[in-house]
This record gives sequence, structure tokens and C-alpha cells, in this order.
Amino acid sequence: MPWKTANYRNVNENPCNMCMPMGGILPFKGIEEAMVIIHGSQGCSTYMRRHIAEHFNEPIDVGSSSLNEKGTIYGGAQNLFQALDNIRKVYNPRLIGILTSCLAETIGEDVEGMARDYLKKQGLDNFPLVGVSTPGYGGTHSEGYWLALKKTVAGLARPTEKHGGINVIVPNLSPADIREIKRILEIMDVKYTLLPDISETLDRPIARPYTKIPPGGTRVEAIRCMPGAVATIQFGITVEDNISPGHYLQSEFGVPLYNLPVPMGVESTDMFVGLLAEITGGSVPGVLKLERGRLLDCMVDSHKYNAQGRGAVFGDPELVCAVVRTCAENGLYPAVVATGSGNSGLKEILGPVLVECGQDVCYLNEADFMRVRTSCRENGVNMAIGHSDGKFLTESEGIPLVRMGFPIHDRVGGQRLLSVGYTGTTNFLDRVTNSLLEHKYKNYRATMYREFYREAGK
Amino acid sequence: MINVSTAVPNDNLIVERQSSILVKGGQRKNQLKCDAESIAGCVSQRACVYCGARVVLNPVTDAIHLVHGPMGCASYTWDIRGSLSSGSELYRNSFCTDLKENDIIFGGEKKLARAIDELVEKYESELVFVYSTCVVGVIGDDLEAVCKTAAHKHGIQVLPVQSSGFIGNKSAGYRAACDALLRLIEPPGGARPINSRRPVKSVNYLGDFNLAGEAWIIKDYLKRIGVEVNVVFTGDSNYRDLKKAPEASLNIMQCAGSMAYIARRMEELYSIPSLQISFLGLEDTAASLCKIADFFGEPEMMRRAEELIKEETIAVQPEMGRYHEKLAGKKAAIYVGGGFKAISLIKQFRELGIDVVMVGTQTGREVEYQTLHDISDDGTVILDDANPSELERFMTEKGAHLLVGGVKERPLAYKLGVAFIDHNHDRKHPLSGYVGAVNFAREVYSTVCSPVWKYARETGGGLYAVENSELPER
Ligand code: SF4
Ligand code: SF4
Repeated sequence: MPWKTANYRNVNENPCNMCMPMGGILPFKGIEEAMVIIHGSQGCSTYMRRHIAEHFNEPIDVGSSSLNEKGTIYGGAQNLFQALDNIRKVYNPRLIGILTSCLAETIGEDVEGMARDYLKKQGLDNFPLVGVSTPGYGGTHSEGYWLALKKTVAGLARPTEKHGGINVIVPNLSPADIREIKRILEIMDVKYTLLPDISETLDRPIARPYTKIPPGGTRVEAIRCMPGAVATIQFGITVEDNISPGHYLQSEFGVPLYNLPVPMGVESTDMFVGLLAEITGGSVPGVLKLERGRLLDCMVDSHKYNAQGRGAVFGDPELVCAVVRTCAENGLYPAVVATGSGNSGLKEILGPVLVECGQDVCYLNEADFMRVRTSCRENGVNMAIGHSDGKFLTESEGIPLVRMGFPIHDRVGGQRLLSVGYTGTTNFLDRVTNSLLEHKYKNYRATMYREFYREAGK
Repeated sequence: MINVSTAVPNDNLIVERQSSILVKGGQRKNQLKCDAESIAGCVSQRACVYCGARVVLNPVTDAIHLVHGPMGCASYTWDIRGSLSSGSELYRNSFCTDLKENDIIFGGEKKLARAIDELVEKYESELVFVYSTCVVGVIGDDLEAVCKTAAHKHGIQVLPVQSSGFIGNKSAGYRAACDALLRLIEPPGGARPINSRRPVKSVNYLGDFNLAGEAWIIKDYLKRIGVEVNVVFTGDSNYRDLKKAPEASLNIMQCAGSMAYIARRMEELYSIPSLQISFLGLEDTAASLCKIADFFGEPEMMRRAEELIKEETIAVQPEMGRYHEKLAGKKAAIYVGGGFKAISLIKQFRELGIDVVMVGTQTGREVEYQTLHDISDDGTVILDDANPSELERFMTEKGAHLLVGGVKERPLAYKLGVAFIDHNHDRKHPLSGYVGAVNFAREVYSTVCSPVWKYARETGGGLYAVENSELPER
């Protein structure tokens, strides 16, 4: 299997990822009554808000310390403090996250220290202010997401009496996925704290009155009590220990960590459901067994169509792993597996899964879409699965794209895409299969004509 | 001036913001604070210098657009604009030097030079724009020197765009882009008035980015009245055409926010006069065509302009009339990028019988706010660099049925039960000229009069609904 990576390259052609603070915003949107500020220049936060708003179709309010030339030269504490004052005044949040942009990091701002100074100055001893250093050049949005989560947990978690609940820490999934995970937890009668919970905040029902911070999200108090859980389930097999909130809870408070793949596909969902049964000592309820059976039925129904697909899967490492495993279970073997992230370990994780497929798999780390495109062409890919930017592959190579992940900005409903659990996997597979079928019906007459028809006498 | 805090008191209003908001009332003069830096923590909707520069230059179709900076800045601007091309599609790629920690510490000049080499070799372009971003401004890479060396090496034009984000807002970016364009169009041997203008009536059309083919529509109108478009700044333009810019006999300018500066410079350098025109709305389109014909002073051209106006107006009138009937008396709120666009929109809403109750911009200039103030009705809220909470407050208080704005404002409007019109650079349908005026009216109608509001404006569903709806009467 060839192992290709762009360790050092001079130019990125059509990026496959976003920057660290952008990923850091998302967890804060899943905490109850929380707000977030980007310490840096105004433009960064505006771009990120725009990007997130387009995906979720929700208002995304993010403060900025609006660093200007002066702040850049003399330090931005003044700007940051003013931003904190104003955000508190208008939004009255119960927690504020502060992320940094490239600019703040380049001029050497110590955001965690500044957060402490602010609290002291204001006499706000107990206000949760979570500073996270997220230089845009330091990593992709995936790393920003996990780091912000870890810092939040580290900032809030307190030694707590065992309370019998479990912690569930989720990657950047859709609100519909989060709802499905919660439904499974509830069916299994599990007491849990799910972090971050964007299920209501970023898929908000029309309701009156409008509140500036959407209702819902993980409660701050619940995060404080995470050390008292009997276990942490974290869907983060690609997450390195230094940015892993589950790992933090384990090493600091001794909460056992179960690092699982995203519960998508038969095996991974079995793992999740099985673990829940094991931890709670309960059994798997009938309704989940039925759903599992229906998923199997769906797989059998569509396996031959799936066998005709050669896939390219790209996006956040965690989601890429989940999608590749699910596709492999159905005989749709990925030929190109790509992520914009650096050390994702995709090959180590997926290599064993894909040995069965008997084909070469091209893994791309720190990928850009120009490379993904070239690899698709070289490997005869006929189906792409990933976020909206993959439309580039459709436009340039005619490869149909099944939209999945973040961001989806050229279609509606990214926030409602359900892909986890037995039911979600069924939905996902239908989307993939139908896309293959649509492509086939569109082309097969012309293809067959071209291949086989010869005019008489020629 | 009526202090807004007494006119419309509210606890949540940030003190520093008060001078940027006013209610048109008895006061004779507009005293709105604008063109100032955003206040920290105010959740400004403004974009950065780089964004402004990219808006203006991006439509140059056969250029390599290279962002010198970290990945994010390039990622958020990859092919998000609706500018169309009749030729090269190179401009739709997002190239970036993808600066990493090491580059920040040791400088990014070498990487930039290699990036340019690589791209030029691969894509055979005659023109490269290199955009600087915030960190580049801080680490002090000498863009100018790198570009100069590269230009020399490859025998093409490599132009730096000084668009570090923290040196101002979007307007500063327009200016940085115009500076790059001025360098691009400068003839060998330096700028000078062109004596031998082309014999045909030829104009440069400034400030149209050919969103959904808008520049093509206007080009056709001008052709019909006997005017040739020399080059568009910058919709569907390319290296060769832009080079010819000094040869035009007139500059006509649509988007003043981005183009007033370059128009003035071209007048100084090449003695090309300029006219402010607008092809948004029936009234402005007609007036602009006449203005252009009037400039050239040819009766035949004027006759053809009048004919065109008559023909097109008759063609759209029945449909426009239907919308007017349905929309008369509705209330609109406006929050857009530039002041000139806001002015045009007020006029367009009037054509449809709609009253504007709130109007604001991200980067409007003082003169534009003066005009906005003059043409607004009493009671209209006028504000600069607004934030979501102010938009929410004034739309609700004023009972707006409709907001026109950009991507970030849309979900807010919808959540408040307010209809919405996209007026941004991503749009996929033209809003210019007669066809654009009808599109606009149709869009307003389809959102304001949609049946969905019948359901969505009630208390709504879900867990969080409360008994008494706080929506204004509709
Ligand atoms: S990469 Fe850095 S500078 Fe660019 S948008 Fe992200 S944080 Fe801002
Ligand atoms: S770093 Fe500067 S140039 Fe880049 S998006 Fe942020 S404000 Fe704009």
C-alpha cells in the first residue's frame, strides 16, 4: 500500500480543512448559555461565523476582540477585556470560551493568563472563562475542536463523588446524530453527560421568544461533575492523548476511558451498544435489535450496488474512519482516503480494516483537493463521500458526491443528516446506494453504446 | 440629533455603540459615526481587509490568486463567489502558502517564492496576485521584493496585494486591490494620458463582478445604445483586457465603495472622466442609460437609449405590477456591505411600494450616510457596523417583514419570522438591469408572501415555545 503524505509542500491547492479556532467554536456552541470570543482580528471571526452559519442555517454569534494595529503592537489585553465586558453585557452568558487566531498567537498573547487576569480584575472568582490557544497555523479545525473540549473539561472538572452516570464525548457530528446517540442512551436507560451537545442549539426549532443564546447544550454543572462518572465513552479513536478530554479525565481523575469509533456501521454500533449494556449491566432492548435487523436487511438489499463503487472518503479524521469502516462492511471499498489533518494515523487504524478489500488504498495526510482529485483519477474512483468542498471533484472529474460531515454549504439540511446508530447507518447507506444508482442510470445507456455498438460493416 | 438611547432605550445597548445608531427625526443633519474601527466584543458583521481585496480581484479570471498566510484565510474564501467567466476558470482555485509554525518563526519569503514558481510552472498564467494576510503583516515578509524577483524570473506580472487584515476593514481591502489594479494597467514606461483614444465610444465598467452574469446583461444594454465596454473591473476580466483599461474614453462606476478611488486615480493619470451609475432597479437603470448617452452627447445614442428603456419597461411592467399590488405597505430592513447598495435598495423597495424602516451598512461612508439620511422616512433607524443583537432589536421593534442582507444575517431573520433577501456576492441569479429588477421583485414576493409564515410566525413548535408571541402585528 503506498503511503503518501505531503509533509512539506510549498503551496496548498484548494484546501481540505479549516483552521483551528474555527473548530474550537463548535464545542462552545454545545454548552448551555455559553458564548465564545476569538482573540484576534475581526475578519477571522466573521469568516468562521459565516461558514458555520451556512452549514447549520442558524445564527452564529461569536465575539471578536477586533485587534487593530495598535493592539498588535502593544498587546491586545485591552481589546480582549473590552470584548469580554461587552459580551457579558449583551449576552449574559454563564461560560465564555476564548480562542486565539493566528494574529494573537504571532504577537505572543498568553490567552490563559489574560483570562485569569480578567477574572481577578472583575472579582469573578467562579466564572468559567476557558482560554484556548488555537493558532490557525497550528492545526486544522479538528484539532481545534478537541483542544477546546479538553481545555473546557480541564477548566471545569472538579473532584466529585461517584454519581453513577457516564460521560459521552462526541466529535463534530450533526445535531441529528447527537439526538440519535442520546436516544440510544435513553433507550438503554443510561444516566449520562454528553459533551458537547449541539442537538438543540445548532438545530433550533422555531420558537418564541427568540433568545440570543439558543436553549440547550451541556450544562456547566454537569461538566464540573464529569470526574464522578463511572466511565467515559469518547468517540475519538483518532484523537491524540494531549488533546483528548477523555484521556484527561482518566489520567487526572481515574475515570476509565473507552475510546470507541463513531457508532456508525454494524460493528461500531454493536461496540457502543454492547459497552453500554456491559457498563449498566442491562441488556439490549428489543427496539434496538429490530433496528439492527433492519440495517442488516438494508445492507443485503444493496450490497451488489455497493460493490460497484470505488470510493474516495475525505474530511475530519474521525468521520473518515467511521465512513470507511461502514463502506467496507458493505463491500464499497475506498481507494482514496484523505484528510487535511496532519498526524491522523488513518493508515494505522484503517489498514487492518481494509486488508480484506484486496485493493491498493491511497492514504493522503494533509491533503488538498488537487491531490485528492489526482488520486481519484489514478485510482478510478467513482464515488466521493465527504463535505461540500468535494463538489470540486464532481465538477472537475464528474464524480458524484454524497454529502456528509462539515461543512455542507451548498445544500440544505447538513444539520439534519442522520448517519449514526443502526437507523442512521441505514439512512446513510441508502444515500450512498441511491447516489451510485442515479449515476448509473444517468450513464449506462451511453456507456454501453460507446463500448459495444459498432455500425454494420465497420 | 436625537440620542437613540432616549429615543429607543434599551439596557442591552453597548454605550460605545450609541453614536453609530440614529433614528431619523427632527434633526436636520446626519451625525452618524461611521468609517470607524469595530468595537471589541460587539459581534460586528464586518469582514477583513483581505476579504475586501479578494472581492474586487477574484473575478480576474486568468490570474493565479495566491494567499500568503495560514490555511484558514484561504479555506474560507475558496470559490464562494458567484462571479462568472467566459474564459479561464483558474480564478476559482484557492492557492495558499499554508504557513505553519516554523514559517511564522523563520519567515515565509522563501516558501512564497517557491509557491509562485510551482504555480506559474503548472498553470501558465501571465498574472499572479499575492495577498498578504494578518500574520504576514506581523512577521514582516517583504512581499514586494519576493514578487518583484518572481516577476523578473518568469517574465510575467506578480503583484502584491497589501491586505493584512488588521490594518482596517473591508474598505481598506478595496483600496489595496485598486492599488494592485493600478499597477497592472500601467503602460510600460509609466502612466500618462492616452492621446490616441480608440475611435469607438468605449467605456470601462467599474464595480461589477459579473455575479450571475450581471456584467454581461449591462454590456448588452450598452451595446444596444452604441457603447462598447472596453473592460469590466473586474467581472469576467482577464490580464489582456485589463491592460487596455487606459484606452477607454469614460469610466462608469457601479459599486462606488470599491471603485471610487481607482476612478479618481484613473482620471488623474489617464484623464478618463467617470460617471456614477447604478443598474439596480428600474428607475436607476433608466437614469443611468440616459446619463451615459447624455455624456457622449449624441442624439442618436439618446434615441436608442430611450427606445431600450421603453421596450424593456413595457416588457416587465405587468409582472412588476402584480408584485407591487401584493407588496405595497410592507416594511423592509436593510443591512448590507456598502452605502451605495443601501441607497439603491431603498429606491428599489419604493418601486415596489415597500417602506424601509431600518437601514445599515458595514462600511458605508459619510457621504453615503448623508444620502441615506436624506432619502429615508422619518422614524427610520439608521446604523453603521451593526451586530446581531441590534439587528434583532430594531427589526422586531420596527415590525419589519423583510430583511435584505448577507449569509450571516439570514438565519437570524428567519428565526425571527422575518422574510429574507440575499444580497451578497454568492448569489446565483442576477439583480442588475431590467431582468434583475424583476428577479428582485420576484424574490421579495416569494419570501414575503410565502405560506410558510402562516405557520412559522405563530409561537412555533418545540420545547421552548411560550404562550405569548412577541411578534409584531403583520
Ligand atoms: S488561519 Fe489564522 S488568520 Fe486565517 S482565518 Fe484562521 S485564525 Fe484567522
Ligand atoms: S487573518 Fe487577517 S486576513 Fe486572514 S481572515 Fe483573519 S482578518 Fe482576514
